[in-house]
Amino acid sequence: MELLLILIIGLLHAGGLYMLLRRSMFKMIIGLILLGNGVNLLIFLLGRLTKGHPPVIDGNAKIFSEIYADPLPQALILTAIVIGFGLQSFAIILIKRVYQVLGTDDLDELNSTDEEI
Amino acid sequence: MKSIIFKTSAKYLLPVLMLFSVFMLLRGHYLPGGGFVGGLMAALAFILHSFAFGLEETKKMIVVHPGLLMPIGLFFALMAGIAPWVFQEPFMTGLWYGEPLRMVGMVGTALLFDIGVYFVVIGSVLTVMFSIREII
Amino acid sequence: MLLAVLSGFIFALLVPLLSKFALRAIPSLLSAVPILLFLYFISQLSSIREGQFLLEKISWIPQLGINLSFRLDGLSMLFSLMITGIGALVFVYTSYYLKGHPYLDRFYGYLSMFMASMLGVVLSDNLITLFIFWELTSISSFFLIGFNNEEESSRKSAMVALGITGFGGLVMLAGFVWIGSAAGTYSLTELMTQPEVLTGNSGYVWILVLVFIGAFTKSAQFPFHFWLPGAMKAPTPVSTYLHSATMVKAGVFLLARFTPILGNTPEWNWTLTIVGAITMTYAAIHALFRTDLKSILAFSTISALGILVFLIGLGTEEALLGAGLFILTHALYKAALFLITGIIDHETGSRDVSRIAGLQHKMMPVAVAGYIAALSSAGVPFFLGFLSKEVMYEAVFHLPQAALILTILAVLTKICLLVAGFWAGIKPFTGKITAVSENAKLPSPRLWVPTIILGALSVSFGIFPALIEKSLILPVLSSMMVGPIDSYLALWHGFNWVLLLSVLTLLIGTAIYFSWRPSEVKFEKTLRFESFAPEQIIKGLGRSSQVFAKRWTAFFQNGYLRNYVITILIFLSVLVAYRLFSGVYLYLDWNQISEITPSEIIVVFLMVISIFFVILSKTRTAVIVSLGVIGFANCLFFLYYSAPDLAMTQFSIDTLTVLLFMLVLFKLPPNKTFSSKRIRLRDSFISLVFGALIAILTLEVFEEPTMKEVSEYYADNAYILAKGRNVVNVILVDYRGFDTMVETVVLVIAAIGVFSLMHLNLNPFKKD
Repeated sequence: MELLLILIIGLLHAGGLYMLLRRSMFKMIIGLILLGNGVNLLIFLLGRLTKGHPPVIDGNAKIFSEIYADPLPQALILTAIVIGFGLQSFAIILIKRVYQVLGTDDLDELNSTDEEI
Repeated sequence: MKSIIFKTSAKYLLPVLMLFSVFMLLRGHYLPGGGFVGGLMAALAFILHSFAFGLEETKKMIVVHPGLLMPIGLFFALMAGIAPWVFQEPFMTGLWYGEPLRMVGMVGTALLFDIGVYFVVIGSVLTVMFSIREII
Repeated sequence: MLLAVLSGFIFALLVPLLSKFALRAIPSLLSAVPILLFLYFISQLSSIREGQFLLEKISWIPQLGINLSFRLDGLSMLFSLMITGIGALVFVYTSYYLKGHPYLDRFYGYLSMFMASMLGVVLSDNLITLFIFWELTSISSFFLIGFNNEEESSRKSAMVALGITGFGGLVMLAGFVWIGSAAGTYSLTELMTQPEVLTGNSGYVWILVLVFIGAFTKSAQFPFHFWLPGAMKAPTPVSTYLHSATMVKAGVFLLARFTPILGNTPEWNWTLTIVGAITMTYAAIHALFRTDLKSILAFSTISALGILVFLIGLGTEEALLGAGLFILTHALYKAALFLITGIIDHETGSRDVSRIAGLQHKMMPVAVAGYIAALSSAGVPFFLGFLSKEVMYEAVFHLPQAALILTILAVLTKICLLVAGFWAGIKPFTGKITAVSENAKLPSPRLWVPTIILGALSVSFGIFPALIEKSLILPVLSSMMVGPIDSYLALWHGFNWVLLLSVLTLLIGTAIYFSWRPSEVKFEKTLRFESFAPEQIIKGLGRSSQVFAKRWTAFFQNGYLRNYVITILIFLSVLVAYRLFSGVYLYLDWNQISEITPSEIIVVFLMVISIFFVILSKTRTAVIVSLGVIGFANCLFFLYYSAPDLAMTQFSIDTLTVLLFMLVLFKLPPNKTFSSKRIRLRDSFISLVFGALIAILTLEVFEEPTMKEVSEYYADNAYILAKGRNVVNVILVDYRGFDTMVETVVLVIAAIGVFSLMHLNLNPFKKD
């Protein structure tokens, strides 16, 4: 299963980068989101996969008696997901405003520092 | 979107979802859940309500601007951080009070902090979603 | 001594504050500062006789060996007296010269700051503080050269001067740090007790090079000399004070200071001798082709500095004595000549030596001062210049090696300097009155009295050398050398070759003065050689580095985001790929790999399809929906592999993202394709390589044994220390609570950003 996940991580990174390199701002944001997903999965995978043992201590015990999934990557990813949402929402609104004002989505047309905005 | 079924179900879903979100928040220390998830659930509940009844209705119901929840949440989190100073402990040292409760666990600064996170999440998500819908 | 140094800085700060209500009182009040300091140093004269010195130490940053320690010995005494004495005269002079100037207060502020920093340079015992004061003199010089800041040429000259001297100072700092690490101390006094530590050090040559560059840039030695003529853009009092009498001598001071520490090696002696010799002859000859009085004086100053470096380079007792004497001689006559030039400029409005004449009928006292200065610079007997010239000739003449050629160069230089001195001090005053000098009249005594004082000193020291011999000059010598001193100053050395050379110099020089007239035509002829001059070469270097920087920037910072990304990623990929192919072996431990269940296969399948859909689909809705699918699939992975918190969060966030996209969908730009097929192929190739690399890297990391110490600590203590059972939550709100707090702040910032972007009115004229 890990191999399949690695394949998906590779695909997400490749796809994300490809979209990031496009001239359309819309595609750029899609690329960012894909990359974000890819990185989250990557971190998750590096904590190793454990089935059916969430990092929650049983009702009456004080410490873990069985194996458990690595909690550290999970904590990292959890905040990454939330922060990612902040980033995405800001980026989406940004391109919406840029498109509304300039009427173009082509990054190459935004390249010059024009003053007639 | 404003079908009768949707409206009616939304009316009943809101309190249920809110209750669920608080439940998620409180059980976070012992079981999966916590401030982030709880906050997101609550925000989703309000968004659902606004889809059913219109943004104005939802805003009227919340009374205050959702953005106000952000500083409140940050204040809670900060309080949880500096409370140990009273007892001459370093910043963010955990403090607990009394016996553990069912589901919730020990009441202490960690819970206060989680409540802060909960409010910040609701506040910021609703600010984003509402301001987008206001303008469009 | 600390107070002496600081008083100037304090005054520099106070002057602009005082100016508003006390501008009239300032000149007299301010002149009191250098006069008092001058008297203070005079009172200390007795304590430095015969090689003694005063040391004052205040710890500043003792951990780094940086202390505010000051050392007053013969050398620093001579300089301190010059700085405060000439400073006092210049302060008085300026009060009339720049009367009514709107920025007079500022000028005095810079001048006081300069005086204080210069005192700091000559008194510092610690190399680091010396460097700080050194750069402060460069900075105050920058402000003073650019004082007429409306003129472009002023600003340019100021930049050039700061660039050259500031650069030199930094190089010098490197040298100092090297010295500090080689000898283990930054204290000059301690260094003087153990010179062999440095001269025997393997980095000795490098230390020399670094310190030399600092000294040469400051003292305008070839090939860094060209900033000094440019610095003449400054008001004349500044040229007098900074650019002839004191600041430019800081480099000479530094060399003299380091003579007992780094000197007496062939490297030291020959470098200084050669550079000094080139500078003195080069600049002296140049001086003959100038018609602007200040230009003539600038080049003769460079030449004089060359002589000083040359003498320090020779390193014999006679040569060092000559250097000490010439520092004083030059300061006295050159300051006078500059001040006189300022008076002429002030009264006639011209500095063209070929057009001014006959001023002695208009301003006799100034003319007398001019004659004295010119004769002193010529080295006529009974003037101080005679003494220093005699000592210098003697030093060169008695050299064991290369005496002949160096003597010829020295005599040649002295002849040219004599001519230049005559032009500046005699020519404007003799002859018939010209049209330019018609309207001149004797200015206020505040202008000419300082020149007379300088002249009187030149004459009295020249006739009675005993006045300065024991008290001033011999202590200078003893602070530059180790061992007993048997030199003395005398007017008459008997009939010998040296006297013959002196007479020869006088005769030839006077002959040239009467036969050679500088003119524009002759000056323009020298311009032909300008393209080889170091000035052009160094400025050309500056220009070409600018051009290079522009092209470099245009190439890499071209404004296309994707080009930056591609550059970074290609570099990264090549680097990582190189590392992977050169010595990393891939192998897989199949025991670590978990089984594949049918449901997982379906999710993977879904995800792969969605990724391709996102990339290839033409409609926005399809892209967003597929993106949602990817998110939910991710969520399922989290659920499968024991991360319920993550699954819930991912689920909510994914819902929100899709909602967000859908809300603004019709306001979003259409999903167009802009780039050509070729570019797309290129990009997909790069992306695939990158993706493959990431996959291989992941595999690579995956094979490493896991280090779970941190996770285990968190998990084991979750309940015991933090009273929680959900370890993920405990990490978030307890162990790493501070991180979480900052993250919530980030979220808040994003929300505020969205809010303000949405409510921002981009077109203030159109209300929507």
